Amino acid sequence: MITFDRVSKRYEEGHDALREVSVSIDRDELVFLTGHSGAGKSTMLRLIMLMDRPSRGQVTVDGQNLATVRPRGVPQHRRNIGVVFQNHQLLFDRTVFDNVALPLIIAGYDHREVGRRVRAALDKVGLLNRERAMPLTLSGGEQQRVGIARAVVGKPKILLADEPTGNLDPTLSAEIMNLFEAFNQVGVTVLIASHDLILISRLQHRIITLQQGRLVTGNAP
Amino acid sequence: MMGRRENLRRKEGASPSEANLRDRYHGWLQHHRLSAADSLLRVLDNLGPSLLTWLVIGIALALPVGLNVALDNVNELSAGWDSPAQISVFLQEGISADRANQLEIELSAREDIAQTQFVSREEALAEFSTLSGFADVLASLQKNPLPNLILITPTDNLQGSSVSALRESIQGMPDVAEAVLDMEWLQRLNRIMELSRRLVMAIGLMLVAGVLLILGNTIRLAIENRRDEIVIVKLVGGSNAFVRRPFLYTGLWYGVGGGGLAALLVSLSLWYLEEPVGNLVLLYGSAFQLRGLGVMGALNLITLGGLLGLGGAWLAVTRHIASIEPR
Repeated sequence: MITFDRVSKRYEEGHDALREVSVSIDRDELVFLTGHSGAGKSTMLRLIMLMDRPSRGQVTVDGQNLATVRPRGVPQHRRNIGVVFQNHQLLFDRTVFDNVALPLIIAGYDHREVGRRVRAALDKVGLLNRERAMPLTLSGGEQQRVGIARAVVGKPKILLADEPTGNLDPTLSAEIMNLFEAFNQVGVTVLIASHDLILISRLQHRIITLQQGRLVTGNAP
Repeated sequence: MMGRRENLRRKEGASPSEANLRDRYHGWLQHHRLSAADSLLRVLDNLGPSLLTWLVIGIALALPVGLNVALDNVNELSAGWDSPAQISVFLQEGISADRANQLEIELSAREDIAQTQFVSREEALAEFSTLSGFADVLASLQKNPLPNLILITPTDNLQGSSVSALRESIQGMPDVAEAVLDMEWLQRLNRIMELSRRLVMAIGLMLVAGVLLILGNTIRLAIENRRDEIVIVKLVGGSNAFVRRPFLYTGLWYGVGGGGLAALLVSLSLWYLEEPVGNLVLLYGSAFQLRGLGVMGALNLITLGGLLGLGGAWLAVTRHIASIEPR
């Protein structure tokens, strides 16, 4: 589903974020991506999201070589990927419902369909009764679940998460991870960047470790 | 084997890209409605700054439009004076009154001349001394300095250039010293009007450019204020067009409001001028009435404002939105 083939990324200031990384993630897999900060976790996610282009090598997502995606095609590419951020990236002047509905509005869904899907997604993350709330009135864990609902509402094939439990206590973190496992079980490819080794080693999934831009472990499923 | 499973799953849940065309069209329309309403609400929510923007646009548009309306009125007023013009034909010195009379008859026989009037040099002198108040000075002159004069009124259907041609043909007659068209001041007025129109046009163009820049800057600020939101929208797959839409509507609302305000300002100014203009034309015994913008004029002005708003917003969004990318 996601393949990195000898991918390097050097930023303009000369910093090598990724060096010759080759890794493949299958459909149906849930994979953790770990390493110290600056090891290249975020860079890998950014390349998959086409927020950046690799300096060398090839990234393939769902059978498509990302080098062939032109700037005009980037939005369409991103619509097929759900993303969860550490800082949630919610719109604080919109309700929970409107936040979750955003990807559907962008994709051009009819408003009845939007309502149905948003409620289904909110139901999955256990926030169905908060759809009219403003994000700032929610706790950190609830905000993160809104972010997850927004990531999955468009039924993407791939779900990316960048430190999704970064600011949460262990109990909430475990709940969030359970949610990701649940989505993985219905067929979504999930890639989670996290440095919470204690938490992720408890869960039985492949762990890819990066160190200074190089892949250390977790190359094969 | 794998392919089969894949197909099955794809059928279960349509991905966003598989939303069918009709739904997409509805969704697109819906987003236009949403953007329009949302932008309008934002403009109205910040009523203070929005009012300022409207005023700036309104004044910038009202100035050239108001001047143009004023010129239209002057044009209307002077249209009644265009014709018939009068040609004063001064005869050569030493032409006798009999010869002059004969010439008048000849002239009045022409088809392009409606009316002639002979003013002998004696009559002219008498009229001049009563009108000018120089009677004493004139009486002391040994010799009447004034020539014989025939006043000619061309036929009504004669237009400007043929009146000039008529003047020239009379000028060419042997007994005639000079034929003067009494329309020169009107021609000068028309030239001045033409010049004024160009000036108003130039001022208008400059102000329109100013409006575009002001709107562009206002929209740029709005974009900056919502930078985080734009980043999020782009992260979840919003295209540039999707992000642009609400800002274009914001520009439209600013422009439409400014255009409406401009129409109001022009109407108010005309209403303010109506009484003194009425008094003035009454003195001249004219039935002239100030002509305003009219409903069509006001609608045109609002449309113009809206187009300028869209244009200014377009300038801003094309320059700034593409450069805001998730980092």
